[in-house]
Amino acid sequence: MDLHSLILGRLGWDAIPFHEPILIATFAAVLLGGVVLIAAISYFKLWRYLWLEWFTSIDHKKIGIMYMILGLIMLLRGFSDAIMMRIQQAIAFGDSTGYLPPHHYDQIFTAHGVIMIFFVAMPLVTGLMNYIVPLQIGARDVAFPFLNNFSFWMTTGGAVLVMISLFIGEFSTTGWLAYPPLSGIQHSPSVGMDYYIWALQVAGIGTTLSGINLIVTIIKMRAPGMGMMKMPIFTWTSLCTNTLIVASFPVLTAVLALLTLDRYVGTNFFTNDLGGNPMMYVNLIWIWGHPEVYILILPLFGVFSEIVSTYSGKRLFGYASMVYATVVITILSYLVWLHHFFTMGSGASVNSFFGIATMIISIPTGAKLFNWLFTMYRGRIHFDVPMMWTLGFMVTFVIGGMTGVMLAIPSADFVLHNSLFLIAHFHNVIIGGVLFGLFAAITYWFPKAFGYKLDPFWGKCSFWCWLIGFYMAFMPLYVLGFMGVTRRLNHFEDQSLQIWFQIAAAGAFVIALGIASFLIQLVVSYRKRDSLRDFTGDPWNGRTLEWSTSSPPPSYNFAFTPQVHDGDAWAHMKQHNAQRPQSGFLPIHMPANTGAGIIIAGLCTLLGFTLVWHMWLVSALTFLAIIGGTIYHTFNYKRDYYIRAEDVARTEAERTRLLANHV
Amino acid sequence: MSDTTTISPREVAAAAPLDFYLKQEHHPQNGTALGFWIYLMSDCLIFACLFAVHGVVGRNYAAGPSGADLFDLQLVAVNTAMLLLSSITYGFCMLEVQRNRLRPAMIWLGITGLFGLTFLGLELYEFAHLIHLNAVPQRSAFLSSFFTLVGTHGLHVTFGVIWLVTLLFQLKKHGLIPENRRRLMCLSMFWHFLDVIWIAVFTFVYLMGVLP
Repeated sequence: MDLHSLILGRLGWDAIPFHEPILIATFAAVLLGGVVLIAAISYFKLWRYLWLEWFTSIDHKKIGIMYMILGLIMLLRGFSDAIMMRIQQAIAFGDSTGYLPPHHYDQIFTAHGVIMIFFVAMPLVTGLMNYIVPLQIGARDVAFPFLNNFSFWMTTGGAVLVMISLFIGEFSTTGWLAYPPLSGIQHSPSVGMDYYIWALQVAGIGTTLSGINLIVTIIKMRAPGMGMMKMPIFTWTSLCTNTLIVASFPVLTAVLALLTLDRYVGTNFFTNDLGGNPMMYVNLIWIWGHPEVYILILPLFGVFSEIVSTYSGKRLFGYASMVYATVVITILSYLVWLHHFFTMGSGASVNSFFGIATMIISIPTGAKLFNWLFTMYRGRIHFDVPMMWTLGFMVTFVIGGMTGVMLAIPSADFVLHNSLFLIAHFHNVIIGGVLFGLFAAITYWFPKAFGYKLDPFWGKCSFWCWLIGFYMAFMPLYVLGFMGVTRRLNHFEDQSLQIWFQIAAAGAFVIALGIASFLIQLVVSYRKRDSLRDFTGDPWNGRTLEWSTSSPPPSYNFAFTPQVHDGDAWAHMKQHNAQRPQSGFLPIHMPANTGAGIIIAGLCTLLGFTLVWHMWLVSALTFLAIIGGTIYHTFNYKRDYYIRAEDVARTEAERTRLLANHV
Repeated sequence: MSDTTTISPREVAAAAPLDFYLKQEHHPQNGTALGFWIYLMSDCLIFACLFAVHGVVGRNYAAGPSGADLFDLQLVAVNTAMLLLSSITYGFCMLEVQRNRLRPAMIWLGITGLFGLTFLGLELYEFAHLIHLNAVPQRSAFLSSFFTLVGTHGLHVTFGVIWLVTLLFQLKKHGLIPENRRRLMCLSMFWHFLDVIWIAVFTFVYLMGVLP
């Protein structure tokens, strides 16, 4: 082994995709954008500010916002992939082969799935929980603030690896779950599969750690008086989601590690020969994968509950049943993984068990829907934008849920397996549930995070475009699925199918308008921020503790820890005319910022990159640097500081002045 | 579910004066023990996957050597003893920590580390021996799974030893301050956890592996 391959591995100029004009153009645009961005940050001398106030921040609110930004940026990337696929499928009929060669097309559908789940939905959901949960339970930060910062940068590191694969080398062509033997070294010898492995491994470790962090936060750091059954419902769903994260992501870590060994060392876990068993991979990855979809949807069930109750001006109907339904879903989500591959041939009894278990999940989910409906019943409903998203969700999600129950019937699944019917189903629940919920949540909590509301006009535009676009894009896929069209095809012979793909492509463009409206909404609201300003901290007449503090909250969240006497703590405080104390402020103990998180996570990302390219020497050095850096960090014992009582008093006096002027 | 918005604030406030703000500093319980415990459980799941995999492919020899052909139970028994003894010595260390005696605690910790290193040395010897016999991880799914499961446990012990040495330095520097006590407790849980995993490895991989 010569020095060149020891340092650079298999990386060479041929890794840059010069022959792909689409990629080169994208690369040029990204490069240009990046240069402009870096120049702008340098010109306005923002590096120091960004580093000190954001990158090294361990404030759960700032980390939450950074997660949201990461998710939204990756949404644009994931959506570009989606629209490229829709165009390809709309035109690649008969003699036309479309504009994407199969190899490139395969990378796009893989990247689309991976990005949308791991780097859009997960950061958005995690960011939301990070921001809201400590505020809802009356805490000043999460249990392990440094770990929180580290988790965020690990997630970002994974996203960075996926983005790098666009321009250096290529991405995996195996579909988002990378089933062997296709993902084995024999059939996928290129770096694409390795990018997939290391991106997910790096991000997955971050996710596991953030799950542990939030569980401990919720269990240990609630305000006095807040028993488990007095927790806001979003906090409950977050607790269940993080339990799912901790109990499922290690399985992903393990199964990816085994696949890595198969590819790098030549072991025989998932090979066809020498005793390997590829179906073992499929089982293991879905033991992670099925809980994963509940990790995504459960927090949004919580969001919808908060929103329905706030905009109906009522306590949530059936709080206890909502909690139990969430817990039941949490448990059942582990007992259904095999419904993703009924066609494996595990026999009638096994398939029946998993089919029935799957159908049972629809019962607690149905209970939730009735709870939302009964909360609205006789409520004074305000049709603000978050409420519109919620109603859109309730209709759309029911359709998606019912097609899910259809797929849960093994005999039906043998026909529909891997067809576009399945694609339509899971987009129906993920867009109609997770995405609608995220947009509802962003609109609902935006004033809390930034101090001004989002412009409702563009919010409504975004909502209607998304809703109409979703139905246009995915209802045709149900039809096509029934006609037997399978997923991941990049060319069709049967011309009679084309019209459905064209409708779907048009739907994707309507969704594009929805995304554009959302971006316009952010800009317009920023420009109109003075007229949209929220001085009260409670713009929607909210019911839970996050609305009791200012918008945006001070770094310490609460000058005095609230005492909780009721499930809807803030609504209860308002009824009892609770007065904010104006004196007697104490110094507040807070964790101190640290750069260790971004540095160690950066090294982990570098380690992933060097392993992708087999740069063994650099990998070894990076690994040693990670160990050394971690040990060095543990020698730092001064991890906290006090906010002086005078500073707290000044901040709170300012708030009192604002409240007096504006309420 | 009653509609609570209809109660007027004044009526209720007159009835029951409640405290809504805590006037003294609020100290939530430290969550490190719980957090570390949850981490251990997540780690346990990784091992659970590896055990499950071993359960599926552990007898897929692909016409290669089996456990009965390869395992030297006497060596493994000695190895097991090393790890179990290290758990006891770690227990002695924690007793000294309770009594607030730094030096004996560090000595017991050092002995624990030595037992850990002996365990690793014996394991590496076993691996080297197997590789010498051409029983390599690439040979069969059984051997892939064997090396991965036992190796993952060994990697954990290695990190435990690195952590232990780091802690020795930190104890020397800062003594038995609360942070160091917390770290000692976490490493203790980690160490005993690895012991429990090893007992499962010994039983399911070695003892049951030599059965025909």
